[in-house]
Amino acid sequence: MTHPYLRYLRSETIPTVFCPGCGIGIIMKAFFNALDETGYKDMKKFVFVSGIGCSAWIPSPHFKADSIHTLHGRAIPVATGVKLVRPDLNVIVFGGDGDIAGIGGNHLLHAARRNIDILVIMVNNEVYGMTGGQVAPTTPLGMKTTTTPYGNPEPPLDVCNVVAAAGGNYVARWTVGHYDQLVRSFKDAINKKGFRFIEVLSPCTSRVSYRMGLTPAEHIKKLIKNSIYIEKARKIGIENIKGRYIIGVFKDIENPSYLDMIKEVSK
Amino acid sequence: MIKTAKKVFWTGNIAAAEAALRAGCNFYAGYPITPSSDLMEYMARELPKRGGTFIQGEDEIASINMLIGASIAGAKAMTATSGPGFSLMQEGIGLAIMLEVPLIIIDVMRLGPSTGQATKSGQGDLMQSRWGRHGDQVLVVYAPSTVKDTYITVIDAFNTAEMLRTPVVVLLDELIGHLWEVIDIPEDTKIVNRRWTDTQESFFDSEDFKIPPPMPRLGEGINVLYTGSTHDGYGYRKTQDPKVHDRLVRRIHMKIYGNIDKIFQYEYTGGDSVDILFISYGSMARPSLEAVYKLNSNNFKASLLRLRTLWPLNYNILKEYTRNASIIIVPEMNMGQLILDIKAVGGDKVYGFNKIGGGVPIYPSELVNYVYKVYRR
Repeated sequence: MTHPYLRYLRSETIPTVFCPGCGIGIIMKAFFNALDETGYKDMKKFVFVSGIGCSAWIPSPHFKADSIHTLHGRAIPVATGVKLVRPDLNVIVFGGDGDIAGIGGNHLLHAARRNIDILVIMVNNEVYGMTGGQVAPTTPLGMKTTTTPYGNPEPPLDVCNVVAAAGGNYVARWTVGHYDQLVRSFKDAINKKGFRFIEVLSPCTSRVSYRMGLTPAEHIKKLIKNSIYIEKARKIGIENIKGRYIIGVFKDIENPSYLDMIKEVSK
Repeated sequence: MIKTAKKVFWTGNIAAAEAALRAGCNFYAGYPITPSSDLMEYMARELPKRGGTFIQGEDEIASINMLIGASIAGAKAMTATSGPGFSLMQEGIGLAIMLEVPLIIIDVMRLGPSTGQATKSGQGDLMQSRWGRHGDQVLVVYAPSTVKDTYITVIDAFNTAEMLRTPVVVLLDELIGHLWEVIDIPEDTKIVNRRWTDTQESFFDSEDFKIPPPMPRLGEGINVLYTGSTHDGYGYRKTQDPKVHDRLVRRIHMKIYGNIDKIFQYEYTGGDSVDILFISYGSMARPSLEAVYKLNSNNFKASLLRLRTLWPLNYNILKEYTRNASIIIVPEMNMGQLILDIKAVGGDKVYGFNKIGGGVPIYPSELVNYVYKVYRR
């Protein structure tokens, strides 16, 4: 018996390139689970665009679908170009925190502001994993990395709050420990119009977990323990939440998308 | 009866935009920068009317990458920019070369380095247009000299891009971009369209390196793999295999150099026997031509070789023309860039005339006086 989600994967790319214990496997499964439950038996009408980094390898070469593996930070504009020319295709970006919120941060802001009809899935492992575990814009304050050997002097960026403020129709954050919630978010976001952003906190077992003296499972448990639901966080006051991950659906609205607006202004 | 073409009064920038539309351009992304902004404004106005898509990117990096996505999705895509924006686009152009994605970049050259004299003309981007990317790479660079030539060249650029699955750069400069001229629009323009495939064949390799593989259509279930990493014919990453890399990079070079006879375009004005040869391009071909006329009326044997294609250069043709000349002058509005290649074929008899600053063009009289000076040596 073969795994039910193997039909979404190129069999020749298995086993995947990811490190043992990496959270990406859970994210891939959650994504396929959502596709399956939404009724997509294949990914023929999907185009996946990714940049550079471990998470950019999620669709390319693993997904049995059209995919474009581009430059570091530039997946969002490439995806924008594809969507504008082929609005019939479902365009999805996978990327890491460095790729999407670091070098590609400006594109993220403006894609959200435009409300362009793409879904961006950002896997946040809080470091630059592929290059060896350097500090990222999402690294917690004080954390030691290869380029912050004395501790990170910079506070991290709350990417979901920034994106929600910039625009977009859907913004959510989960950890890989919140599997069911993640599947639900993928399902809700896949067919929505406008810009959609889902951040998934995931352990980098090779660059972070071992530095903390944690196994991958312990690291995931830590992510779950350190998270707080947005409803609760809002009661306490977002500004009072220090050093914890706010999880949940930050935004779910139906503003006219970029494609809607293009039609609107050219009437 | 002679068929009269339509007469129009256009700038180089308008001619470039109109030529793009004639060639089938249906996607434009760009970012405002002097002196190319008016070209973008023209496209913003005209493209939606003609069924195309216009978007102003958040920067030039976004714009060039939007073109890549749009072109892969099936559009004929173009952007226009100038010096600093052209620098920002280089990494994206390199990706387009590696993915073999046709697109057009018009660089309306202004005076650098850096912000330099932003509204003034210069020709300082020639080497950047050829070598601006990292790694072994090649693309096609054209440089028209008049408004009409701009129209013809931009259509050629689209055709070359589609024929060879490659990005193509058109170097205008501020003088041509903003020059108003009355021109006849040529009616018999040939338009090349892309070769597509809907089947699961090799889209990144070909038996004959001179013929690029057809492009795969998205959304057909053929599971296209585009990657900027070294890849085999089916798009699978082969980041360790020396043979795959060698074949891919040589093929990308060969599809350009192997078609040099079609790509390399030039115009020769002068007699069979040559004493003084000007080799020039872009706006500076105009004072060069005027200098040729002046010198010839003073009993010199002068001629002009105007290069419309700046890369790849056909060294055999350059050798042929430079062989018998006793003096070769290369006038450029930069510190000397094309001259490096001309010296490689013409040796010690090649002299540069370089003028920079204020966007002041080289005047024909300056070239004539320079010839007298060189002659006396």
